[in-house]
Amino acid sequence: MTMRADVAGIAYRGRTASIGFARGPFIRISAGENSARVAGKPEDEVLALREAIESASEQIAEVAAAAGGEAAQILEFQVALLEDEDFINPIFADIGRGAAADTAWSAAFDEQIADYTSASDEYLQARSSDLADLRDRVLRILRGGEKQAPKIPSGAVICADDLPPSRFLEIDWSAGGGLALLRGSPTSHVAMLARARGIPMVVQIGALPDAATALLDGESATLELDPGVEQITLFERRREAHRKSRASARAVLRRPAATWRGERIRLLINIQRVEDLEHADAQYADGIGLMRTEFLLSGPGGMPDEETQYRTYDEVLRWADKKPVTIRTFDAGGDKPVAGFTPEGEANPFLGLRGLRLCLARPDRFKVQLRALARAAVRGNLKVMFPMVTVPAELEAARALFAEVVADLQAEGIGAMLPELGIMVEVPAAAMAIGDFKASFFSIGSNDLAQYVLACDRSNGALGTLMDPLHPAVLELIARTSEHGRRAGAAVSLCGDMASDPRCVPQLLYCGLRELSVNAPSLAQIKHTIDRLSHGGSGG
Amino acid sequence: MLETSADGPFITGKVRLVHAVGMHARPAVKLTKLAKRFQAQISIRASETADWINAKSVAKVMALRAPRDSLIEIKAHGDDAEAAVAALIDLVATDFPDAGS
Repeated sequence: MTMRADVAGIAYRGRTASIGFARGPFIRISAGENSARVAGKPEDEVLALREAIESASEQIAEVAAAAGGEAAQILEFQVALLEDEDFINPIFADIGRGAAADTAWSAAFDEQIADYTSASDEYLQARSSDLADLRDRVLRILRGGEKQAPKIPSGAVICADDLPPSRFLEIDWSAGGGLALLRGSPTSHVAMLARARGIPMVVQIGALPDAATALLDGESATLELDPGVEQITLFERRREAHRKSRASARAVLRRPAATWRGERIRLLINIQRVEDLEHADAQYADGIGLMRTEFLLSGPGGMPDEETQYRTYDEVLRWADKKPVTIRTFDAGGDKPVAGFTPEGEANPFLGLRGLRLCLARPDRFKVQLRALARAAVRGNLKVMFPMVTVPAELEAARALFAEVVADLQAEGIGAMLPELGIMVEVPAAAMAIGDFKASFFSIGSNDLAQYVLACDRSNGALGTLMDPLHPAVLELIARTSEHGRRAGAAVSLCGDMASDPRCVPQLLYCGLRELSVNAPSLAQIKHTIDRLSHGGSGG
Repeated sequence: MLETSADGPFITGKVRLVHAVGMHARPAVKLTKLAKRFQAQISIRASETADWINAKSVAKVMALRAPRDSLIEIKAHGDDAEAAVAALIDLVATDFPDAGS
């Protein structure tokens, strides 16, 4: 996605996989060419593959020994796979039946990779790049194209489609550098390695032109190509500010609570998937302010059944122990279409059947989720919120359906209860008439709220600075919601990107918010920002 | 290769998977490595309706996709079957500790 920069040079935005800053030459690397290989007799092919597997094992062991620690553990999976007879023997059987060594090897891996890639589990999807890494290493050896890795200058911003862990480890990061991936995932092994090494990494950038130099800002997830002098100056300023705050942020994280003007500020985290709880800082959160559930809809088998959903919710509640967990019901539609669930052919999906509107229109599917949530509610400190609510009647309709589901479950002898119910505040009408809603809590979805208030499609980069979440109209609605919550005794939090942006935090506190839900990687920085504000800092 | 094996009785056991993200790469590697130390044939499954799979195959163990809190069933037969089941249960119950145990 392109966004307008205020000076020469174009900035591209992706998703943060590892925070940090890199400035250097822009180097593209590719996964290596495939040259065909002529197959010999089956016994020669078997021998060739055996030797290739053996060399691959040795190479991986070398890389692992040099890297040590977490990296070595990641590579252990590849070694284990090479030693897995159940996996390897069928490949030799194929070769025995006449297949070429490289073809048989690739076919077995491609099948496994396709299986991982189609998994609903992002963690498993991310493992597919480990498999591709292993597949390609053995293929390179088989095809004789070894040891021609291009020399990568240290400190470069490296661009690739995706990058396997072993390639990452072969790169010399001693002078810094960064990683910009066109695809990739923040939960991949490479991302874990990059975070462990402190190498900035941005993923899912999409297409990029060639360039000579680049600035990679892992904090704002931007990549600037062939930057001008002014861009470089601004970049260096951000880098310096980041360096200073980082050192103190880690220390602040371990303190029990953030306070501002003597009031406790609760900092919760947003999660997309259960695996997000693995983030090292997640344990310091005051709870989960937003668990999205849309990922459940995009699995290979379509929408998962009640039991699968229940187990997912229960897993998160178990992790949180006594801390609160707010789960948001399916927020499909808009920019999140789900085949077979969201309507097709809407002229304006952002103003169409999305969020709770869609769920109420599909009560059979919605009830499955509500049943799973009602069962989970007896297992921990669960709150449930509905997205995209416009009028109180929608909340009441959802509450009635939920109560019906609870009664059904109890009649069946299954433990269930109605959790606390709240709404997302993202439709301007809801924010303006906030006093009409009988909700136990409110969570401001500032991304959608700003987009609707400003009439700016948030995915349209051409709108540039018009899309400003700090516009007074947006802040007024945030303040109004917060004020209502205070009077009505209902908790109000904010779970949009603003909460994870240190530049927005002072304004949010001035608007009266005392609860913010941020992405786990931003937790330390936001806590630190609040700490500085409460100790008289200006907070920029 | 299911329940009706001729070589003596199976040793069986059950253990709850407490690992935060379920049976993923690192737990799977540890489990198969440990299983391979035993002569016994060892099978596991993550639900009563699933097929038994070879506990020594990392590809198969990953393919279980066992989530956190699954009940892992283990069965083994062979000379050291009893020790194998005990060791695997201990590994899963203690959440796959690091360091060479």
